[in-house]
Amino acid sequence: MELTGADIVVRCLQDEGIEYIFGYPGGAALHIYDALYKQDKVKHILVRHEQGAAHAADGYARATGKPGVVLVTSGPGITNAVTGIATAYMDSIPLVVLSGQVPTHLIGDDAFQEVDAVGITRPCVKHNFLVKDVNDLAETVKKAFYIAASGRPGPVLVDIPKDVTAEKTEYLYPKSLTMRSYAPVNKGHPKQIKRAVDRILEAKRPIIYTGGGIVSSESAEILIELVRTLGYPCTNTLMGLGSYPADDPLFLGMLGMHGTYEANLAMHDCDMMLAIGARFDDRITGEVAKFAPTAKIIHIDIDPSSIGKNVAVEIPIVGDAKLVMKDLLAEINKRDKKPDADALKRWWTQIEKWRSIDCLSYDRDSDLIKPQYVIEKLFEITNGDAFVTSDVGQHQMWAAQFYGFKKTRRWINSGGLGTMGFGLPSAMGVQLAHPEESVVCVTGEASVIMCIQELSTCKQYDLPIKMVNLNNRYMGMVRQWQEFFYDRRYSHSYMDALPDFVALAESFGHVGMRIEKPGDVEGALRESLQLKDRLVFMDFITDQTENVYPMIAAGKGHNEMHLKPSNGEAPPERELA
Amino acid sequence: MRHIISILLENEAGALSRVAGLFSARGYNIESLTVAPTDDRTLSRMTVVTFGSDEIIEQIVKQLNKLVDVVKLQDLTEGAHIERELMLVKVKALDHAREEVKRLVDIFRGRIIDVTDSTYTLELTGTVEKLDAFVKALDVTEIIEVARSGVTGIARGDRALSV
Ligand SMILES: Cc1cc2nc3c(=O)[nH]c(=O)nc-3n(C[C@H](O)[C@H](O)[C@H](O)COP(=O)(O)OP(=O)(O)OC[C@H]3O[C@@H](n4cnc5c(N)ncnc54)[C@H](O)[C@@H]3O)c2cc1C
Ligand SMILES: Cc1ncc(C[n+]2csc(CCOP(=O)(O)OP(=O)(O)O)c2C)c(N)n1
Ligand SMILES: [Mg+2]
Repeated sequence: MELTGADIVVRCLQDEGIEYIFGYPGGAALHIYDALYKQDKVKHILVRHEQGAAHAADGYARATGKPGVVLVTSGPGITNAVTGIATAYMDSIPLVVLSGQVPTHLIGDDAFQEVDAVGITRPCVKHNFLVKDVNDLAETVKKAFYIAASGRPGPVLVDIPKDVTAEKTEYLYPKSLTMRSYAPVNKGHPKQIKRAVDRILEAKRPIIYTGGGIVSSESAEILIELVRTLGYPCTNTLMGLGSYPADDPLFLGMLGMHGTYEANLAMHDCDMMLAIGARFDDRITGEVAKFAPTAKIIHIDIDPSSIGKNVAVEIPIVGDAKLVMKDLLAEINKRDKKPDADALKRWWTQIEKWRSIDCLSYDRDSDLIKPQYVIEKLFEITNGDAFVTSDVGQHQMWAAQFYGFKKTRRWINSGGLGTMGFGLPSAMGVQLAHPEESVVCVTGEASVIMCIQELSTCKQYDLPIKMVNLNNRYMGMVRQWQEFFYDRRYSHSYMDALPDFVALAESFGHVGMRIEKPGDVEGALRESLQLKDRLVFMDFITDQTENVYPMIAAGKGHNEMHLKPSNGEAPPERELA
Repeated sequence: MRHIISILLENEAGALSRVAGLFSARGYNIESLTVAPTDDRTLSRMTVVTFGSDEIIEQIVKQLNKLVDVVKLQDLTEGAHIERELMLVKVKALDHAREEVKRLVDIFRGRIIDVTDSTYTLELTGTVEKLDAFVKALDVTEIIEVARSGVTGIARGDRALSV
């Protein structure tokens, strides 16, 4: 039977097994909306702004590993979604974005609500398509899903002119496909694996540094086995948190700009760095010239262009983290040579010394609510099992430092683009994916305003998200930089005329709470988490002056960390094993 | 170092802008870029002349390979290769310059492909250096217009870029 393009789009989504799509209608997408109306397999979530649609689909993808799907109209529909697409792109998250386009015969005429969607999104998608013929539609959608989810994942846009959604053709959804121009390499080169194992077993001061690639390859279990087999210290990037259980003694915490003292010094002083699914971002390396001066680096990544991009690498291995780690483990287990126990003991003694300064400690006797305390309590009460999304700023760093993630896909935040406004809509996607789980959005009073309209979506679909607003009445992260690097000239980092968040939440039909005293923190968290079917907006009035420590300033090396004042000016001496 | 990278890419709308966009977005240099369909109409062949350190060239090659429309590529400068550029030049051809230019065209093995009372249009192919040298030599008269195609190239011997 012949179907219209619009019906074909919806059939493709059904055949792809898509549960939810996140969207907002408009002229060019109306045929597709009509096709959605006629079925109930694919559930459409109506957001309140297209940025929210992209973030919600992104949150869904991060929480499940399955591609998130977005549907927007042409012109302002797609331009509004761009921030969300770029956010997913920077963090390598699989999305398929379907956008309506003006009819083919009007393309290029500055038609009503026309924008060159393929051109505008080109730099922030893995790939994009403009479908000009209904006969190409089903195969193009299939390609979009295939490209988005394979290799290094990422967003793919399919721009569909309105006339194409009206034309008819026979529907056939390809079961699988191969593309001569696209074939990700998954298996690591055996010779490189052997060379890497030689290096790994020779190490005297090893470190295993892993990132988002562990999450996307679903390889946390194998990472844990690898780390424990070797007894080497492990650190995760912001994007990798949860890949190695935070409470395990072999874990050094997060590394990088706001990483722990022990993780950063171990990175700096190591003689062998095994980097897996991590991309040597500048928030990790600091000044590249000062980065890990004595390290021999092995880098495993599915994307060859990640390897050697920022830092020179001795042993590159292109492949899927899971497959490569399996091969590494098999090779390690075959060898007679074992890790150098004496050297390792010296190295751990050193690391424990670093750890003992307790770089994340904070003032627990304050009369003001310390943001760190809120996160610590949240962790305790949820037993570390909640799905935590966040926005961008100090609160994001505290959530990363103080919520001890034990599993992957529980920590959902915008790392690469650092998009304020991500927290609330992404939590919607997470909550839809996991209706029975606790989903908490840790946010700041500035960030949350950027997509606050989505409180309305949460009401419509009964999403019982728990909002933890660490309200310091400042763009705290900006204020911190101004305190440290601009002589306390707090230029436009203060938010005057904030809303009454309790009233605001209530006006959207939710529960609001304001918490002003440390003694009330735990009670409020417990009470909200027990309200299983309500969204609760907790407005925690926190200490305005708190800063995120440790911190590596731009241009500095890992051995030049800013520690909190109580750790003293000069970091403790260290000796190399 | 100067590199000549030949790329086979899907002959799709937008493929060219993906490559051009990659170079501008990542701040890579482009000295010239040529593109045309091949004997297989589903494929275009593009030749990019670029320059940069070894690390940058390695990144350029990796980033190009990552583009979904790129089927295959080859850094011609990694081995023996032939490079050619086509140039069309319109020059004033008056009085003694009429003879002089004709002589130069012969020396450089070019051709005069159009003539008027006062102008010649010349055609020359060769390496970039040869074309540059020719333009320099043309200072015996006045150059009205220069049109250069940009470099294209092919590997010598058995080495080939095909799918
Ligand atoms: C305010 C703020 C502060 C920040 N501070 C820090 C900080 O202190 N520390 C920190 O770590 N980050 C910090 N970030 C985040 C930082 O900007 C980067 O987003 C982050 O460091 C990148 O993490 P990653 O290297 O794990 O890479 P990701 O962006 O997660 O990339 C994953 C890598 O894995 C590869 N990969 C994907 N799939 C596979 C697979 N199947 N097999 C193998 N490889 C695969 C990809 O090709 C890519 O190279 C901060 C961000 C913000 C907004
Ligand atoms: C869309 C966007 N605009 C600007 C920034 C720059 N920025 C980073 S953090 C920050 C302040 C965030 O303030 P808030 O949400 O209150 O969090 P806090 O740092 O106070 O915890 C700003 C403006 C950004 N990351 N994203
Ligand atoms: Mg704030």
